[in-house]
Amino acid sequence: MSTMLLKGGRVVDPVNGRDGALDVLIQGDRIARVGRDLAAEGAAVVEIPGGFVVCPGLIDMHVHLREPGQEHKETVATGTAAAVAGGFTAVACMPNTSPVNDNAGVTEYILKKGSEANLARVYPIGAVSRGQQGEQLADIAELRQAGCVAITDDGHPVATAMLMRRALEYTRMFDMPVIEHCEEQTLKGDGVAHEGYYASALGLRGIPGEAESIMALRDISLAELTGGRVHVAHMSARQTLDAVRFGKTRGVRVTCEVTPHHFVLTDELLAAPVPYDTNVKMNPPLRDAADRDAIVTGIADGSVDVIATDHAPHHYDEKQVEFDRAPFGITGLETAVSLCFDRLVHAGRISLARMIELLSVNPARILKVPGGALSDGAPADISILAPDMNVTVDVARMRSKSKNTPFAGWTLRGGVAATIVGGRLVYVNDAIQWSALRHAQVER
Amino acid sequence: MKKDLLGIGDLTEDEIHLVLDTAEAMREIAQRPIKKVPTLRGKTVVNLFYEPSTRTRTSFEIAEKRLSADTLNIAVAVSSVVKGETLADTARNIEAMAPDMIVIRHASSGAPHLLSRICRSRIINAGDGMHEHPTQALLDAFTIREHKKKIAGLKVTIVGDLLHSRVLRSNVLLLTRLGADVWVSGPPTLVPVGLERHGVRVSTSIDEAVADADVIMMLRIQQERMHGAFFPSLREYFSTFGMTRARVARAKPDVIIMHPGPMNRGVEIDSEVADGPYSVILEQVANGVAVRMAVLYLLAGGSEGD
Repeated sequence: MSTMLLKGGRVVDPVNGRDGALDVLIQGDRIARVGRDLAAEGAAVVEIPGGFVVCPGLIDMHVHLREPGQEHKETVATGTAAAVAGGFTAVACMPNTSPVNDNAGVTEYILKKGSEANLARVYPIGAVSRGQQGEQLADIAELRQAGCVAITDDGHPVATAMLMRRALEYTRMFDMPVIEHCEEQTLKGDGVAHEGYYASALGLRGIPGEAESIMALRDISLAELTGGRVHVAHMSARQTLDAVRFGKTRGVRVTCEVTPHHFVLTDELLAAPVPYDTNVKMNPPLRDAADRDAIVTGIADGSVDVIATDHAPHHYDEKQVEFDRAPFGITGLETAVSLCFDRLVHAGRISLARMIELLSVNPARILKVPGGALSDGAPADISILAPDMNVTVDVARMRSKSKNTPFAGWTLRGGVAATIVGGRLVYVNDAIQWSALRHAQVER
Repeated sequence: MKKDLLGIGDLTEDEIHLVLDTAEAMREIAQRPIKKVPTLRGKTVVNLFYEPSTRTRTSFEIAEKRLSADTLNIAVAVSSVVKGETLADTARNIEAMAPDMIVIRHASSGAPHLLSRICRSRIINAGDGMHEHPTQALLDAFTIREHKKKIAGLKVTIVGDLLHSRVLRSNVLLLTRLGADVWVSGPPTLVPVGLERHGVRVSTSIDEAVADADVIMMLRIQQERMHGAFFPSLREYFSTFGMTRARVARAKPDVIIMHPGPMNRGVEIDSEVADGPYSVILEQVANGVAVRMAVLYLLAGGSEGD
C-alpha cells in the first residue's frame, strides 16, 4: 500500500476544529492520521511550502458535464480534468443531458465515464420529472439506488407546485435534497439579462430578481408543508436571500448556493468593456450591485450554505452569435477558488475556514457524500491551495473543453497547488516549482 | 468620427452638429435635376437587412446611390441565412469581398456590435432590436432643428410604446445630449426600467406630458405586442394615449408632430393629427435621405477624401 506524508502545510479542517501547521499521513486511498510532526515511516514525503493550505477536498455541487449527448461542449473526462485543476475532488453533475438523467441507465453511464476518467469523483444528480418535462416523477428510488445524490429539473424549475410537493414528500424517505432552479417562468418570459438599467439601455429583455424569489418562496413553503429538503441553486437576487433567511428562521429544511460570478460580477458588464458579450449571459443573470453586495453579505453572515460554480460549458460557435440567441451559461470550475480567495478571503469578508465550509463541508453535508473533513479513515480527498499565488486566467490552458468565461485575462490572488483524490495526486499546478510534489506524482 | 455608427454614444456633440450641418448641404442635392454626386464613387456599401423595412432600407439605398456608391442589398429571404448560416459567418463572407461599409438592420439588440468586432468595414446600425436606431434620431433632430432653429431648451414629448422602441432610446440619448427637455409618456407597462437616469421626465399623464410641448413624437404601437398584455385593448390605448386634436391643443401653438413610421392610424395617432397642419411626418422621410447621405459621407472619410 502506497503511503504519502503531506508535511508542513497549514491544515484547515473546520469539522475537526483544526487550523495549524499539521502533517497529513495518507495510506492507500484513506487518510491515516493528521497530527503534528508525523514520522515518515517510509512514506513518500511531500514538503508543503510555507503558506500553502491543506484542506478537505472541495466539492462543486452544481456542474454540467454535458455527457451524454453534448460532448462537443464537455465530457465527463474533460469536465473532471477541469475540476481537479480547479481544486475540486468531487463534482455533482446536473441531469439536463441528452438523454436526460432520469433513469438508472444514464446514471450508470455517467458513473462509468467518471471511473474511466479517474480524476474527480462524480456524483450524478437525477431528474425530478421524467424527461424533465414537469409532468410525472422520474424513477427516483432507482436513480438513488444507481448512485444519484439529489434530484433536480435544473435548467428549469419544477413545473408545478403539486409536482414539487410530491417530489419533496417522496424524497423524504431517502432524506435526499430536491435542488431547485428557482424561476417563475412567466415572469422570466423571453428575458436574457437582469431587468435593470443596463438591460434596458441595451434593449435586452429583462428578468427581474422576483422571478427567482417568488419560486423560492413557493418551494420553501412546500418544504415547510412536507418536511422535505429543498436546496436553492445559484441564488442571485437579494429577494431570494431574504426568502431563504425567512425559511431558515422558521426551521424549514432549506439550504442555498451561490456562484462565484454572482458574488463578483454585476450587470454593468453587459455594456462594457465588451458590449453584448455573450460570456456574461447566464441564467440566473448577473444582477445589479445591490444584489451582488447582498449576496456577499449572505456569504459572510452564514445565510449562504454553499459556493458552487454552475459550470456550464458551451462551444465557441454557440456563443459567437447575437446576444439574445446565445445559450445561457459560463464555465466556472477553473476560476472558482481564485475568485473565492481574491474577492472573499483576501477582501476580508470571510475566513479561510469559512471558505472551506462553503466549498467542502457544506456540500458534503447537504448531498450526504463522503468528504468535508480530514478525519482518520476518511477517503484521502484533499485540496492543496496556494492562497498568495497570483493567477492569471488563461483560457488557452484551461482543461474544460469550452472556454466561455468572462474572467479571461483576470489576475487574481490565490489558486490551486495540487489535488489529491483517493490518495492519488491527480493534479499538480505546473506554475509551482516543487520537485517533491512532482516526485510524488511519479510514485503514485 | 469613430469607425462605426452603432449608437448615438459613438458621436460627440460636435460630431452630431457636423452630421446635421452636412445633411443641410446634402439636402440641396435632392433639389437638382441630376440628383447625384461622385463623392462615394468606387465605394461599396452593403445593406444587410434581417428585418423587413421599407422606409429605412429605401432611404439608405437612395442616399448611397445619390453619392454614387456601389450598393448591394441583402435581404434575409434571399440570403443564405435561411440555410442556417450564422450572422458571424455571413459577416465574414461579406467582409471577404471587401465592402467599405455595411448597413445592418437586425431584430437582435447588439447584432451590429457583433459585426463590428468581426469586420474591418465600417458598420452603420440601421436599427437593432430594441436597442438603437441612430440615423432615425439624427434625422429627427435635423427635422426639429429645421423647424425650431435650435434643440436646446425645447420641450420634446415622446409618447407610445417606449419599452420596445429603439427610436426612443436613440432619441433620448441624442436630444438630452443637445439640451432638450425630454418628456416621455405611455402606460407604465411600456416604460423601460431606469429611463429617468438619462435625465428624462416620465409621466403617465399624457395631458401633463404634452402641455406646452414644442415637439410631440409619436411611437408606433406594435400590435404584435398585444399578447404580452401590456394594455387591455387598442381602443383603450387610443382613448388614454392616442394623439388627438384635443391633446395637441395643449401643446405650444407651433408644435410639430413627428412619427418614425409606420403609423397605426386610430391607435396611437388620429388621422386628423397625422395629416394635419402640424405634422412633419413626411418631411422626416425626406430628411432621412439627406441625413443618411451625411452619415455615409462622413464615415467614408469626409472632407479628407480617405
